Amino acid sequence: MRGLAVFISDIRNCKSKEAEVKRINKELANIRSKFKGDKALDGYSKKKYVCKLLFIFLLGHDIDFGHMEAVNLLSSNKYTEKQIGYLFISVLVNSNSDLISLINNGIKNDLASRNPTFMNLALHCIANVGSREMAEAFASQIPSILVAGDTMDSVKQSAALCLLRLNRTSPDLVPMGEWTARVVHLLNDQHLGVVTAATSLITTLAQKSPEDFRTSISLAVARLSRIVTSASIDLQDYTYYFVAAPWLSVKLLRLLQCYPPPEDAALRSRLTECLETILNKAQEPPKSKKVQHSNAKNAVLFEAIALIIHHDSEPTLLVRACNQLGQFLQHRETNLRYLALESMCTLASSEFSHEAVKTHIDTVINALKTERDVSVRQRAVDLLYAMCDRSNSKQIVAEMLSYLENADYSIREEIVLKVAILAEKYAVDYTWYVDTILNLIRIAGDHVSEEVWYRVIQIVINQDDVQGYAAKTVFEALQTPACHENLLKVGGYILGEFGNLIAGDPRSSPLVQFNLLHSKFHLCSVPTRALLLSAYIKFINLFPEVKPTIQDVLRSDSQLRNADVELQQRAIEYLRLSCIASTDILATVLEEMPPFPERESSILAKLKKKKGPGKVPDMDEARWNVNGNTEHSENTEPTNKSSPPSLVADLLPTNRPRPASYSPTILSAGNMAPSHPFTDLLNMNSSPAAGASLLVDVLFVCKNNGVIFENQLLQIGLKSEYRQNLGRIYVFYGNKTSSQFLSFSSSVTSSDTLKTHILPLLRLLLTDLSLNVHTMPVDPTVEGGAQLQQILNIECLSDFSDTPVLNVQFRYGGTLQNIAVKLPVMLNKFFQPTEMTSEDFFQRWKQLGVPQQEVQTIFKAQHPMDTDVTNAKILGFGVALLSGVDPNPANFVGAGVIHTKNTQVGCLLRLEPNPQAEMYRLTLRTSRESVSQRLCDLLSEQF
Amino acid sequence: MQFMLLFSRQGKLRLQKWYVPLSDKERKKISRDLVQTILARKPKMCSFLEWRDLKIVYKRYASLYFCCAVEDQDNELITLEIIHRYVELLDKYFGSVCELDIIFNFEKAYFILDEFLLGGEAQETSKKNVLKAIEQADLLQEEAEVPRSVLEEIGLT
Repeated sequence: MRGLAVFISDIRNCKSKEAEVKRINKELANIRSKFKGDKALDGYSKKKYVCKLLFIFLLGHDIDFGHMEAVNLLSSNKYTEKQIGYLFISVLVNSNSDLISLINNGIKNDLASRNPTFMNLALHCIANVGSREMAEAFASQIPSILVAGDTMDSVKQSAALCLLRLNRTSPDLVPMGEWTARVVHLLNDQHLGVVTAATSLITTLAQKSPEDFRTSISLAVARLSRIVTSASIDLQDYTYYFVAAPWLSVKLLRLLQCYPPPEDAALRSRLTECLETILNKAQEPPKSKKVQHSNAKNAVLFEAIALIIHHDSEPTLLVRACNQLGQFLQHRETNLRYLALESMCTLASSEFSHEAVKTHIDTVINALKTERDVSVRQRAVDLLYAMCDRSNSKQIVAEMLSYLENADYSIREEIVLKVAILAEKYAVDYTWYVDTILNLIRIAGDHVSEEVWYRVIQIVINQDDVQGYAAKTVFEALQTPACHENLLKVGGYILGEFGNLIAGDPRSSPLVQFNLLHSKFHLCSVPTRALLLSAYIKFINLFPEVKPTIQDVLRSDSQLRNADVELQQRAIEYLRLSCIASTDILATVLEEMPPFPERESSILAKLKKKKGPGKVPDMDEARWNVNGNTEHSENTEPTNKSSPPSLVADLLPTNRPRPASYSPTILSAGNMAPSHPFTDLLNMNSSPAAGASLLVDVLFVCKNNGVIFENQLLQIGLKSEYRQNLGRIYVFYGNKTSSQFLSFSSSVTSSDTLKTHILPLLRLLLTDLSLNVHTMPVDPTVEGGAQLQQILNIECLSDFSDTPVLNVQFRYGGTLQNIAVKLPVMLNKFFQPTEMTSEDFFQRWKQLGVPQQEVQTIFKAQHPMDTDVTNAKILGFGVALLSGVDPNPANFVGAGVIHTKNTQVGCLLRLEPNPQAEMYRLTLRTSRESVSQRLCDLLSEQF
Repeated sequence: MQFMLLFSRQGKLRLQKWYVPLSDKERKKISRDLVQTILARKPKMCSFLEWRDLKIVYKRYASLYFCCAVEDQDNELITLEIIHRYVELLDKYFGSVCELDIIFNFEKAYFILDEFLLGGEAQETSKKNVLKAIEQADLLQEEAEVPRSVLEEIGLT
């Protein structure tokens, strides 16, 4: 097409953008007139003009005509015209509805033509456009082309990938059917091109419905095994720079990553052999010096390592993989160093290879300092974060801090978040934590987000023993003339709360503190100034001697008449408050902040958000090992009851409010004599003490019958049965005295919070109040020594976490007795146990892989660690106890389904005891976050 | 693979292939961003980078940059070799290919790519098989081509 070439030359010769646009507009006008002209254009001219339009489009200009001519071309019988027509449609048509039926018509004819070249063009077009309309028209036809015996190989290849594209864009329109089994058998095809295309298709389909394609595992292993053991010339043109079928190998390894390790021993060992062969080949001298050779070889190697990590079951392979990556860390190719750092990040999360990864810490730190490419340094930061644990946290945090001084601006904020998380997570003492965060602000104040400085304040408020140190440290840090505004915020807040702790030293007397803060007041932003004003009023309470000074400041025009409403209001209100309130009132209003409720570290949430889910290696989830690992015992030691509120319990970024068991009130409740847990309940008259009722929760989680309340007068016992989402509780009231109880009544009520949360969730039907002997309906009496029975029917409508309360009221000896007891109706009561095989278990386990679906806790054993007792408790909890699932026989694994009226929630649990440390780790995975959390809370109290 | 872009050192797009549905506007924005990002990188830098939630794999051949966007779990090295194999195919077809070949025969570059990659996945990795398919098509073309008048040939009609 000379005309096209001339046009392209013209465009290239244009000296300016304007000249180019002018030339293009001229051409567009020309083409438009040709298309509109009276003279019918022949195929060649059409083809030429359509090509020109395509070229103009590719230059970045909009094209709004010519589609019709392109459709004409693709319906032509001449191959070259058809080809250009299809190209134009493929490149320009996203979804142009008025033309799509015409295009589809052309495609339909070509698919039916039995001419392989035409069929391929049509299939390419479908795969390129992939629109819904095309899926509707062809999704059912393509599978039959793919598996038909007489289809040419090249058409099969196109059909396979065409189907893959349609499955990605409109999965609902691609029907599964008898063709699926035949597609799997394409893995055995003699033509490696067909196998390559089919493997991609099968992988995509297997990701969506693994069960249907399970048979592909053995075929894929067999195929892979033949490739890796073949001499490199066997595969002829599929050998690439002395590497046998690298693309196909990578795809097969990808396919295998859709499944857990094969259960069949022979198959499993064959796969292990393949992986070992691939690892061995990495050690062989290269067959060529070309980079293509090493790239192809290593592409297969990295994919094999990805599969090894995915299986996470062969310690030898994992450690070998880690050593191999360790070699790459020092390779002269930047690409390999980058990939090794990236791959090691995932290895760091396997129990088998975590320690092996840690041995490379010096190399990684060196990479952080010497790599010239920021994307490589970024990987090094990620890896340091992933390999960090208690043993190396100080070193890693220090290195990250020092790197931060020169780090690229683009990654500073992320490093700040990571340092903050690690410092918090692995803090042995608070002073190190406070120092680290203040250093962060000093080095990279601009990149310290609100979450980070909020967090340091929360922790200082919650930890008594660090407050003095924090006050002293911020005071010193504020001495720097150019301190960062974030430091001023932290400093203002902390001195306002705890300035009194350092006021004894004349160098940091109240007035000195105030002057220091106020010297920076005018240079900072409105929110910071507002915060400082609050610090000032706190000072007035803490230090009466500076009250006049501060009042003067508040009274100044720059405050009282400040243009900013918030500042003005604060100044006025604080000034008035300080003038009219008595010391006592002032002390009450301006009391020290109460401890913050524990919640998920907002920093971690922010990092997750920044990196996207799944990209933040979750260190807790990652390390499966409990037995023999000192890590966890150290980690949770401070949760020991005798120590003050623990550092780790507070600092650990958990996904939930702090478990009730950590709070001191409940611990003291736990110390009560177990036989009379409710002795003081009567004195409370109405609402039950939080501590006491919690014990009902704890004691009755794993059992259904027993006495829930007893004092000198009354005993309340329960027998309960549950089936699916229904339950029935028989309540027995025993009068222990020899006198009558008058006006005896009972009801199931709910507190305010229960009203809002529980009532819609749990329907309690008080059906049958059958009173013993001669009871009167209006004024029921319970005779001395008698027992009466009541039946409660319960239906679980949805998952819940609050517990219903049983209120009992009666008159004894002239006084009205009020008793409120929590009814032990917990979510786990609605469990149905589920038996399953190890394979099913792990498959479901993996399916529940979203971070929110998993809840994990590590806790100290409260009872002797007896296997039989634990078994009984897990069974009592309601799940099926699965033996032979966990590779470690000491661990407990269970499965069950929670039944509620509307849904059923599958639940998997794993409990790993560590007898040396007297610790447990409990992991729950369910499809619903709230359920995982609630079950974890309930069960973790039991051991 | 989500898309492939070929662009010159001057930042001019020479070929673009999209395997995910995106509007023209998005495509233009993505191309502009990526071209800028990659041209700003120094020669010895790593061939991979994280970009939005994708991994970018790129390589420069003479004056042309080849750039692929793959998903998180995709294999970077094999993508690098996909680029190389495509370059080999172009080279073999055009006979020591240069940027001009791709400018003037852009449609051929597309046809070769379609034979090699489809739906973002390798369809046929054998160089011989891909070129055989293209040569067959060219044979059909020659048969179909009829002589044109000189005037038409130089584009004056």
